[in-house]
Amino acid sequence: MMVAASEILKPTGQKPAALTIDGLSLEFPTYAGAIKALDDVTIEIGASEIVGLVGESGCGKSVTTMAATRLLPEGRYRVTAGSIRLFGRDPFAMDETELQDVRGKLVSTIFQEPMSALNPTIRIGRQLVGVIQRHEAVSEAEAERTARGILKDMLIAEPERIMRAYPFELSGGMRQRVLIAMAFSCNPGLIIADEPTTALDVTVQAVILRLILDRAKRTGTSVVFISHNIAVVSQLCDRLYVMYAGRIVESGPTRAVLEAPQHPYTQALLRCLPERVEPKAELEAIPGTVPNLLDPPPGCFYRPRCPEANDQCFAKPPSMAPAPDHIVACWRRETIQPSIKASEATQ
Amino acid sequence: MTIMRIIIPRFVMLFFVVFGVAVITFIISHLIPGDPARMIAGDRASAETLMSVRRDLGLDRPVWDQFAIYVSNLLHGDLGTSLRTRRSVAGDIATFLPATMELGAISLILSIVIGIPLGVASAIYKDGPIDQVARTISVCGISMPVFWFALVLVLLFYAKLHILPGSGRIDMGIALPTRITGFFLIDSLLEGRMDAFWSSVRHLILPSAVLAFANLGVITRQIRASMLDVLQEDYIRTARASGLRRRVIIFNHALRNALIPSITLLGLALGDLLYGAVLTETVFAWPGMGTYVVTSIQTLDFPAIMGFTVVASIGYVLINLIVDIAYMFADPQIREIG
Repeated sequence: MMVAASEILKPTGQKPAALTIDGLSLEFPTYAGAIKALDDVTIEIGASEIVGLVGESGCGKSVTTMAATRLLPEGRYRVTAGSIRLFGRDPFAMDETELQDVRGKLVSTIFQEPMSALNPTIRIGRQLVGVIQRHEAVSEAEAERTARGILKDMLIAEPERIMRAYPFELSGGMRQRVLIAMAFSCNPGLIIADEPTTALDVTVQAVILRLILDRAKRTGTSVVFISHNIAVVSQLCDRLYVMYAGRIVESGPTRAVLEAPQHPYTQALLRCLPERVEPKAELEAIPGTVPNLLDPPPGCFYRPRCPEANDQCFAKPPSMAPAPDHIVACWRRETIQPSIKASEATQ
Repeated sequence: MTIMRIIIPRFVMLFFVVFGVAVITFIISHLIPGDPARMIAGDRASAETLMSVRRDLGLDRPVWDQFAIYVSNLLHGDLGTSLRTRRSVAGDIATFLPATMELGAISLILSIVIGIPLGVASAIYKDGPIDQVARTISVCGISMPVFWFALVLVLLFYAKLHILPGSGRIDMGIALPTRITGFFLIDSLLEGRMDAFWSSVRHLILPSAVLAFANLGVITRQIRASMLDVLQEDYIRTARASGLRRRVIIFNHALRNALIPSITLLGLALGDLLYGAVLTETVFAWPGMGTYVVTSIQTLDFPAIMGFTVVASIGYVLINLIVDIAYMFADPQIREIG
C-alpha cells in the first residue's frame, strides 16, 4: 500500500511546512580558510507549495538544499548558525539510517545531469524497483507495476521497453523523465528539482518542467525549483527566492517580484533576459564578478557591482526588510516601491 | 551472436600471432651462440659423433628447410623433441603445464578474494587505519622481489618452524593421484584420496602465497582507485538521494562499475602469473612450466624453449580473449552495441 508522505506527517490536521530553513550559515573549511557558502539563509516551503530558488552559478542554491537533505560531503562543511526543519524534523539530529529513510521517501532530489545520474550498468527497471522496494513493503511484481505506472505518467509510451533498457540507450530527455519518475516513485512530500532542464535541449525543457509541475500539483507535493534562469522558474512557481553570493536578497510572490523587482540584483537579472529585450537591442550583462567568499567584502555583497551603492552599503550587510509579503535585503529600499523600470517589459 | 563476433576474429588472430612467434623464436634460437649438438654429444665427442647428432636433429640442413619443417610440425601439434629429455616437447608440456595452472589458479583466486574486498574497504575508509594497512600491503606486494619473498617464506615456515613443506607438489611418501586433469587437488578428490589432497594443499600454500601477494598489491590498488572514482559519480549521488542503503550503494551500484576498469588488470595479472611462476617454481622446485623452461634454458634445449614460448603466447592470446568476453558481461554498453 502506498501512502503519501504528507499523510503520515499530519498529526493534527494542520500540514507542517515541507522545509523550513532558519538563518542558516554554512562554510567549507579549506587550507586557504573557510569559504562562507551560506550566510543567514531563511527559506520556507509550505505544504503543496511550488517555490523557485534563483541565482547565478555558485551562489549557494544547491548547497542550501543539499544541506537540508544532508547530501553534502560529511566532514567537509560546518554549519555555523541557524537550523533546518524537514517536515518538522531536524536532519542534523538524524543518524545515517534515519536519513536513508527520509531521502527518497519524504524528500527526493532531481539533479541537473540526466546523462550521468543513472547507473550505467543497471537496467532502468531495476533502478526504479530498487528505490521503490527500499521504501515500500511491496513485492517485486508490485514494485514493477508501480514503476510502469509512473513511467506512463511521464508520457513514456512503452514503459516495458524503457525498463529493460540501460541508460546509454536513452536520450537525455528520456533519462530525465526516468529520474523524475524515480523521484516521485515513493510519493515524497517534497521534491527538490536542482536545475532539472539545464543540460537538456530547449525543445524538451518545457515538457520536462510541465511533467514535474503537473504531477506535483496532482499529488500535493511541494517543489523547490532551483535555476539560474529566472524566466524558467517564474512560469512555474508561486513564490521566488533570489540568492546572491550565499545570501537571500529578495523574496516574494512570483508576480510581485517580477512586476516590481526591488533589489538592484533582481532588476539586473531581469534585464539580462534575451526574451525581455527588444529585437536587435543590446543584450545586457551585469558588470563585475561575484565576490570571493573566502574573503568577502564588508557590507552588502552586491555593493561592488551595484549602481546605487552608497556609504551605508559599505558599513554592514542589509537585513531583510520586513514587509507584508515581498521582502528585500537592500539599504536603498526603505519601503517597497510599486514600480521599477525593468518591469515595463513583463510579459 | 555478439560473443561469436568477438571470438572468431580472435581465433584468426591467434593463428598470425603464433606464426609470428614461431618466426621470432626460430630466428633467435639460430642467432644465439652455442651448439646444441655439442651440448648433447658432450665436450669430448668425436667429430663423427657430432655430425651424426647434427644429422639426427636436422641441423645439417639449410636454415629455410629447418624453418619449413618446424612450421609444418607446429601445425600438426608437434613441437619437436627435447634435446635434454629425449621426449616430445608437447608431451613434456602436457606433463608440466597442469602444475603451473593449478598454482596460478589458486594464487589468482587468493589475490582476487582478498584484493577486491581490501581495495573496497580501503576506498570507503579512505585515509583511515584500514586504508593505511591496505596501502602498506599493496606497496609491499608490488615492490618485494618474488624470489626474495619466496626464500624468506621457505626459511621461516620450512627451515625454522617445520610446519609447511618447502618444495614439490606432494609428499614423497604419498602415491601420486591418478592423472585425470593433472590438477592434484581435483584428481585426488575425484579419487577420494584425502591424504593426497591435504598433502597437495600443504604444498600449495607457500608458492601460491608468494604469487598471490604480488598480484594482491596490484589488484588492491586498482580497485581502490576505481572505487574512489566511481563513488564521485553522479549516479552514486542519485542513489544516496533516493535513500538506498549504504551496503547496496557500495556493492550493487559502485563495485559493479569499479570492476570494469579492473578486468584488463586481472587479465594482465593472469599473464604475470606465468612470469612469476618461473621464479617461484624454481625456488620451490615446483614441477611446472617455470622449472621446465629454466632447466631447458640452462641446457640450451632449443626445441623445449621454443615450444614453451609458443604455448605461452597462445596462453596470452587466450587470456586476452577471456578479458574481452568478461568485458561483455560487465559492461552492457559493450554487450548491446558490440
